Amino acid sequence: MAGSNPNAKPMNLTLKVWRQKNRAAAGQVVDYNVRDISPDMSFLEMLDVLNEDLLRKGDDPVAFDHDCREGICGSCNLFINGRAHGPESGTTTCQLHMRKFSDGDTIVIEPWRANSFPVNKDLSVDRSAFDRIIQAGGYVSVNTGGAPDGNEIPIPKEIADRAFEAATCIGCGACVAACKNASAMLFVSAKVSQLALLPQGHVERATRVENMVAQMDIEGFGACTNIGSCAAECPVGISLENIALLNREFLTAKASSNNLS
Amino acid sequence: MSWISKTFSSSIGRKIIMALTGLFLCSFLVVHLIGNLQLFKDDGGAAFNIYSHFMGTNPLIRTLEWGLVLGFGFHIYEALILTRRNQAARGIGYVESRPSQNSSWQSRNMGLLGTIILVFLLVHLYNFFWRARFGDLDPDINNNDDLYTLVVSSFHQWWYVLLYVLAQVALCYHLIHGFRSAFQTVGLNHRKYTPAIKIFGYVFSVVVCAGFAAMPLYFYFFK
Ligand code: HEM
Ligand code: SF4
Ligand code: FES
Repeated sequence: MAGSNPNAKPMNLTLKVWRQKNRAAAGQVVDYNVRDISPDMSFLEMLDVLNEDLLRKGDDPVAFDHDCREGICGSCNLFINGRAHGPESGTTTCQLHMRKFSDGDTIVIEPWRANSFPVNKDLSVDRSAFDRIIQAGGYVSVNTGGAPDGNEIPIPKEIADRAFEAATCIGCGACVAACKNASAMLFVSAKVSQLALLPQGHVERATRVENMVAQMDIEGFGACTNIGSCAAECPVGISLENIALLNREFLTAKASSNNLS
Repeated sequence: MSWISKTFSSSIGRKIIMALTGLFLCSFLVVHLIGNLQLFKDDGGAAFNIYSHFMGTNPLIRTLEWGLVLGFGFHIYEALILTRRNQAARGIGYVESRPSQNSSWQSRNMGLLGTIILVFLLVHLYNFFWRARFGDLDPDINNNDDLYTLVVSSFHQWWYVLLYVLAQVALCYHLIHGFRSAFQTVGLNHRKYTPAIKIFGYVFSVVVCAGFAAMPLYFYFFK
């Protein structure tokens, strides 16, 4: 198999995993041992091994969020050894590989922690707060035509690139999880920037930022204190420049929109 | 709710108030430091007392003083509201958290640093400002209130010197993060200017706080 290392020695690990039956239940950390883990496995495949063990013993498997396992969907969300998406920068949990750990390691695995992200079960959290922020304004509702029409609009390459960079946000919530204030500013700023930079987004520019920020506050996320742990842990490298842009957009919108209430 | 109150009660609006008041307080620090440098003049405090008499009586200064009270008031009020909001936003904390791997200590402890500054501020205001304005200081040779002698005697007490130096260390860290943070908050982040703002903020914090800390140390050890 390409990329695999036949000499890599399998590892035995101790896992400290957050277990919680449902939203209402109190949770606790439970210790597990997993054996013969290949360094070529992804972190989620390692959890699959644990779950197969648990099923074989008739125990309840550990619930965790995942979908594409290719680093593109933003479903996976584990707080591993005190870091969002684990010790490696610029990666999602599904793209984290066990070769980043050593035989005999103890690994603490927790769900994202934020009041606005309630735990569904074990490591799986409800991130619908993000969906409601998007519903509040993270869209373009005017008719923008098909791809040929889009290509007719002259957009400087630099602006298009910046919008595209902002658009790479996969909505995983690592920014909220890593932030001391559980602030969603990096996520909201990426979504606001992406649309504010492009001509198609200008029509609803002011109401968009007003409504998205209002929803962000209603959801109970914290306020940004420019700590920067969000950008440091973001798997796709959304930059803090977007937060400055969001604040500018917000002030401009508040000062210039026709919205009196 | 009107759009104005809505703007300034939103999380970003409150942050912008913190940033603007914070930068305003920075400008106050510059004026306060430059004026107080007269403590180093070897004239038995005559120049310093003329200056403090002016600051205590000039109508323009007395008016600006209210701006300063409001600046501190809003900064501290918003700090309280936002810090409480931010603590509530996390809810249950992590069992294992390693924030030092992704952020600076001072950026995560602005509330703690601010509280140290506040405690210092209350002691400082009570001892110097209150007694200069409402107390009965003896007159000096020019018949000005002799604040200088009070400063010298205060700075001969070791615990007072310690409090002052500690407070300046706290202020320094508060500003190392706060200065750059304020520009980011009001939306000024630009690849041309931000690196310069960061360097300037760092130098500003160290120079201003070292300047203030030099005063108690100078009187304790050399006068
Ligand atoms: C001379 C006194 C002070 C100065 C010059 C100052 C300056 C600043 C500046 C420039 C900021 C950055 C604003 C921003 O991030 O947008 C800030 C933030 C902050 N300050 Fe102060 N401050 C002072 C006193 C205080 C006091 C007395 C408290 C608390 C009782 C306090 C608490 C805070 C908090 C909690 C923050 C928020 C942290 C953040 O947003 O980064 N400060 N301060
Ligand atoms: S900004 Fe980064 S960390 Fe936050 S949701 Fe988007 S991709 Fe995840
Ligand atoms: S499972 Fe899709 S990004 Fe990790």
